[in-house]
Amino acid sequence: MAEKLVIIGNGMAPGRMLEHLLETAPDRYQVTIFNAEPRVNYDRIMLSPVLSGEKDYEQIIIHGDGWYVRNGITLYKGHRIDAIDRAAKTVTSSEGVTESYDKLVIATGSNPIIIPVPGHDFAGVLTYRDLDDVNAMLLAAQSRAKAVVIGGGLLGLEAAAGLQAQGMDVTVVHLMPTLMERQLDPAAGYLLQKALEERGIKVLTKANTKAILGNGRVEGVELADGTIIPASLVIMAAGIRPNAALAKEAGLTIGRGIVVDHAMRTSDPDILALGECAEVGGHVYGLVAPLYEMARTAAAHLAGDEAARFVHIDTPTKLKVTGIDVYSLGDFADGDDREEIVLRDAAAGVYKRLILKDDRIIGTVLFGEVADGAWFNDLKKKSANISEMRDTLIFGPAFQGGGALDPGAAVAALPDDAEICGCNGICKGRITGTIKAKGLTTLDEVRAHTKASASCGTCTGLVEQLMELTLGDAFNRTAVQPMCACTTLGHDDVRRLIVAKSLKTMAAVMQELEWKTSCGCAKCRPALNYYLVCDWPDEYADDYQSRFINERAHANIQKDGTFSVVPRMWGGITSANELRAIADVVDKFAIPTVKVTGGQRIDMLGVRKEDLPAVWADLGKAGFVSGHAYAKGLRTVKTCVGTDWCRFGTQDSTGLGVRIEKFMWGSWTPAKVKMAVSGCPRNCAEATCKDVGVICVDSGYEIHFAGAAGLDIKGTEILGQVKTEDEALEHIAALVQMYREQGRYLERIYKWARRVGLEEIRRQIVQDGDRRRVYFDRFVFSQKFAQVDPWSERVSGKDKHEFRPMATVGFAEAAE
Amino acid sequence: MTMKWVEVGSIGDIPIRGARCVNTPEGRIAVFRTAEGQVFAIEDHCPHKGGPLSQGIVHGTAVTCPLHNWVISLETGKAQGADEGAVRTVPARIEGERLFIALGAAVEKAA
Repeated sequence: MAEKLVIIGNGMAPGRMLEHLLETAPDRYQVTIFNAEPRVNYDRIMLSPVLSGEKDYEQIIIHGDGWYVRNGITLYKGHRIDAIDRAAKTVTSSEGVTESYDKLVIATGSNPIIIPVPGHDFAGVLTYRDLDDVNAMLLAAQSRAKAVVIGGGLLGLEAAAGLQAQGMDVTVVHLMPTLMERQLDPAAGYLLQKALEERGIKVLTKANTKAILGNGRVEGVELADGTIIPASLVIMAAGIRPNAALAKEAGLTIGRGIVVDHAMRTSDPDILALGECAEVGGHVYGLVAPLYEMARTAAAHLAGDEAARFVHIDTPTKLKVTGIDVYSLGDFADGDDREEIVLRDAAAGVYKRLILKDDRIIGTVLFGEVADGAWFNDLKKKSANISEMRDTLIFGPAFQGGGALDPGAAVAALPDDAEICGCNGICKGRITGTIKAKGLTTLDEVRAHTKASASCGTCTGLVEQLMELTLGDAFNRTAVQPMCACTTLGHDDVRRLIVAKSLKTMAAVMQELEWKTSCGCAKCRPALNYYLVCDWPDEYADDYQSRFINERAHANIQKDGTFSVVPRMWGGITSANELRAIADVVDKFAIPTVKVTGGQRIDMLGVRKEDLPAVWADLGKAGFVSGHAYAKGLRTVKTCVGTDWCRFGTQDSTGLGVRIEKFMWGSWTPAKVKMAVSGCPRNCAEATCKDVGVICVDSGYEIHFAGAAGLDIKGTEILGQVKTEDEALEHIAALVQMYREQGRYLERIYKWARRVGLEEIRRQIVQDGDRRRVYFDRFVFSQKFAQVDPWSERVSGKDKHEFRPMATVGFAEAAE
Repeated sequence: MTMKWVEVGSIGDIPIRGARCVNTPEGRIAVFRTAEGQVFAIEDHCPHKGGPLSQGIVHGTAVTCPLHNWVISLETGKAQGADEGAVRTVPARIEGERLFIALGAAVEKAA
């Protein structure tokens, strides 16, 4: 019969311990976990990217619900343990569940330190420890108001950067003279402060918080020198304290944390403790690498390995703020017996400092350029004598031995036992060995098999270089297709970062996302322009030169350089007056071809570019506007005659088609959008192969989407059925807005839908009414800026240069 | 051969990262202005299928043809990447704001 193992706490340390235990002694224990948080084990290191909007919760889950089920583990979510009865060997939860144990593991983590200033208990004062804190911050950030972060350490700065990315006006208040003083020397702290200030985060150092102002709700922060900073949100990030209260009540030995021996045993041999709550060898830990070392030790002990011992290792500190690279390791204080090597590049914002003692590295501080951190760490760990390469040491491994400056060379030069992934303590040999042994070819596989790069992700670049070295050409760097040769990022990452980092100009996107070319290319520029137009409809100034010629000239370029002109005919309805105007224009400008299109419009082909404004002027007099037949946007809404004429018609399909078209024209979309409304299931408007289609039935409107009748042929999927025209319009606009916000440039609706899943779209648009209205409102808002007829604008003189030659040089002049 | 600088307008007539056309007896010439403020002139005729290069998207010192996305170097007139072909380049220069292209050279070349 299996022994009973009870775990209090479900953070990363016990999660990792269980993984080891399941590997070495899968059947030894019947495991029960009590988690005070109402959720599964997730990657707390990644809370900062969740806060800044670069990731969401689903992406940082380590063990999903299925993992617990598969491994026969009982997980009580939202159960806090109130008491441990060591005599009876039981624990009792806040929800009244009592469970007995043979072995108990306490992993209660740590509590944030709340500075006991007046007002610390006001609404609007938050800490930064778990997902609930992040969700509360995200909610508060929606106000786009002012926030104060108390504490300029790792957590405080990540919180500040995240809140700023969410649009808040953030001030960091730090007691010490420089930021992150425990991990950085003053020079790096200064550079860090400058980098944060350049992003618009205010930093006050030597600032002692005296009180939080307000009346039950935060209104500001008062400092000891009398300064008052208005704020509606205050984040306390002044540090953490091991959470040892439960262990103390149970009578276990407590120091700064729960005191454990080198096998993770508390003063009661049947009770182990690990993680941030544990104190081992006089140290308490907060970084993940030593916590994982504790997990390894505890698991080995539980599996019966009496020899396993916790080994203290120095862990590098890295700040997870996108675009600010900081690396710090070991001891960096000055001293008479110490020497240092410093490299500064002010223009590039680079600072590197190595602290040496007896020709050996004992500390490293890197700012701005951190790629060599692993190499320095390795030299330090091995206590290597560096006197031979002292002159070039600071330039990193690429400069040693006079070899060529190949970016991969640095990684190739690393010995097999060099640590690559600091979080998980994975060395180079382990990664390359596993790649070869298991035939791994993707980053995800390497993460799954070795855990390297699976926690904070800062070593991803190194791991990819190792894969490249090991696999050669067989390695496909990333399954994500980059947008174009100007970037390594895919469309989805770019879209996400545009929103997360509030990038509102093309220059900002290219700068912040480190574009490799000075002004992009013909692939990325139109895509970026669309993403910016879509995401910031009121703020972004459309970049005319990044539009394809058709969207600049508002007509379709033909093979001979002439253009075709398609005026809008709402729902495919026209009149004698309109037809007469078209006939007159065709005669007047000697337009060679007139054709009826598949979308129920009339196309005039072969118009000279110089004639376009005059053609539009004449068409405009008859009431015509641009048909956007050239646009990545709403093209046409095709209709049948419905109840107006048809003996089978069930609804006013023509009227609905006209209404949809008048509501939605002018909106830019990732690719063209063609719609249709059929008045009965006979479907004469062919709505079931459109991007969006409506089939009218007696009881209402069946909304279809994701059809195709071009390169691919595909019938539509049903989104849902609604009763009224108003509802139909709301659903269609919301669907198109969701597509506008998520689609990759040039990706039609059916491809987008296949990628995100039909069920997900139905869930957000049909089942979740609130969500639908949010999309709908955003669509309506963006239409305020989009519904301008480009033809009449140009008839009035806009972009004149587009339609005229700059000069005409005659024979006489040239021969002169 | 005689080559003559002909004034065709001012630099401000061309949008940054854009192009304008000049009709000449030698055919239509596309005059480009890059993001860095350089000016180039080439024949407005893609070596692939004759597409109007002046209508393309300008990036770096290249233009992408609007018809089939060939990328043509504005400096050399040569197709980039795997495509092969070249378009005639025309000397261009700026004097203050004034813009000149050199005509005549092509006439002789064509003859």
